[in-house]
Amino acid sequence: MRIHTGISTALAALLLSFNASAAGGGDYDHAPINIEDTASLQRGATMFANYCMGCHSAQYMRWKRVGEDLGLTDEQVEEFLIKGDQTINDYMMSSMPYDQATEWFGKAPPDLSLTARSRSADWVYTFLRSYYLTEEGWNNTLLANAAMPHVLWELQGIQRPITETITNEAGESRTVIESLELEEPGLMSPEEYDAAITDLTAFMAYIAEPAALDRLRMGPWVLLFLVVFTFLAWLLYKEYWKDVKK
Amino acid sequence: MAKPASTISKNVGALGQWVDKRLPVSEFWKSHISEYYAPKNFNIMYFFGSLALLVLVNQIVTGIFLTMHYKPDAALAFGSVEYIMRDVDWGWLIRYMHSTGASAFFIVVYLHMFRALMYGSYQKPRELVWILGVLIYLVLMAEAFMGYVLPWGQMSYWGAQVIVSLFGAIPYVGDALVEWIRGDYYIADATLNRFFALHVIALPLALLALVVLHLAALHEVGSNNPDGIEIKKNKDENGIPRDGIPFHPYYTVKDIFGVGIFLLLFAFVLFYAPDGGGYFLEKDNFAPSDPLVTPNHIVPVWYFTPYYAILRAVPDKLMGVVLMGAAIFVLFLMPWLDRSKVRSIRYKGLGSKILLTVFAIGFIRLGMLGMAEGTPAETIESRVWTVVYFAFFALMPVVTSMESTKPVPERVTT
Repeated sequence: MRIHTGISTALAALLLSFNASAAGGGDYDHAPINIEDTASLQRGATMFANYCMGCHSAQYMRWKRVGEDLGLTDEQVEEFLIKGDQTINDYMMSSMPYDQATEWFGKAPPDLSLTARSRSADWVYTFLRSYYLTEEGWNNTLLANAAMPHVLWELQGIQRPITETITNEAGESRTVIESLELEEPGLMSPEEYDAAITDLTAFMAYIAEPAALDRLRMGPWVLLFLVVFTFLAWLLYKEYWKDVKK
Repeated sequence: MAKPASTISKNVGALGQWVDKRLPVSEFWKSHISEYYAPKNFNIMYFFGSLALLVLVNQIVTGIFLTMHYKPDAALAFGSVEYIMRDVDWGWLIRYMHSTGASAFFIVVYLHMFRALMYGSYQKPRELVWILGVLIYLVLMAEAFMGYVLPWGQMSYWGAQVIVSLFGAIPYVGDALVEWIRGDYYIADATLNRFFALHVIALPLALLALVVLHLAALHEVGSNNPDGIEIKKNKDENGIPRDGIPFHPYYTVKDIFGVGIFLLLFAFVLFYAPDGGGYFLEKDNFAPSDPLVTPNHIVPVWYFTPYYAILRAVPDKLMGVVLMGAAIFVLFLMPWLDRSKVRSIRYKGLGSKILLTVFAIGFIRLGMLGMAEGTPAETIESRVWTVVYFAFFALMPVVTSMESTKPVPERVTT
């Protein structure tokens, strides 16, 4: 109708192009996680407790909440997940004291409560699969000169970089990493390793937003209620407006 | 035959009369709700006023509950927000309602303002309704900016750093002014504490007062409509506008339906995409503020980005700030820039239609450019759209006084 059609078409076209450009994202591999898969979260929690919490904490997450959300009893959490002298009511703190870690490393290992949110789950998934070994030690294609060594190397094995020399128009050449090749297999096959990292990433996405489980559980019911409410409101509107739209 | 009134209803009626003799409650209800006559031809664009009110109430109520658990302290703020998200019963829902509500507020306010531009709702005699509305928009921007600082994440901190430093561009007093705003030599605990005070007390009070005045002014002059016809010019023998219907029950039931549609969209975001794809809650803001680590890409939240693009389009900092300020303040002049004999875009000429369409596209495009990295090509495009933005206001008096308009019907069309 009149100008509205023109304006709304133009706006719709703009918004669509906006979405397309926003969806581009980074150069990360897609993490095939499902935070509603409790078994996956349990396996991820075990990995997190065994491999990450030696140095990293998740200072905003309580052990008790992890147990409740992952279908574990307090005893199971204490037996399988909690290392050191923490109790079920504590936050997930690393056994490495923060002050000493700062002293040892110059910078304490970052807290991992929100990493899957501040960096994205895809980043975590890609990062943990991008370590490679050179003569100088461990490095990572996603985060060059990462301070953290590849703590999962026994599982993944040793990746070596396949490099390529690129010469630009100005004649300057530099070496870039084309891909990573598994030189020495680890305890897991590449498929098993990817699956394990998927579980770990899922757990980190969960601790970044434990409320996600609540909202995903409630969402359909809230929307269903609102559909019924809106339908009734529409009927009421139609009924009242009968005498206006004569 | 009517049933005889029960004792209870008689007592309630008596109480009502007792109050009315002392406080004009039913008179207020009548003049603003049940006997406030609104044009009967409101279309979909007229839902956003009542929705803005709904979002305002949402922000205040959820804000009260957030305040009960939030700690306005640079050392504790970030952790207290995570505490709300995890350990406070329903805290996550209240926080998401508040953060999503902030973006929803700007969405409905932008549509509400666009409606006014479409149907000339700022024209005589509604100049003050418009001016009070622009003031609300200004206060809302300040409110949203300070609210975004409170979680004390990386974007809170660096966004505050960028925005507050803009005042430093003012000659002579700039540096002293910035220091006075921050209350410290850098964005710090003192800044957070005062922004909290302004966010939860000063600005909401100003906002509420302005909303009351906005509505009072509107009810004095009456609502405009998509045809831009003055319904008060055509009244029946009882003095009721022939094209008017009582706000209650007609627009209350219609607005409840609008509320339903809005809540469906709102709830969808709350439960399935609470960070709004990274636009409502930016990823970087889930990292605690760190004065030593500057994020690669400091971007204000989406609702500020059109002005941010204008700011960045100008090479000189002071001129950029001046132009950005002018982009907002020029809105105040709308009632006097539009010289058209008609109000609604329906009856204006082709020139006005082109102006408004290009302006709307330009505003959205500037918003997108304001989020982008700021490459040279993007800067040039921002300059083009900045010129378009101001051309809309500059050309308005010329176009509206020269173009031929269509005849306006006597009665509203539906």
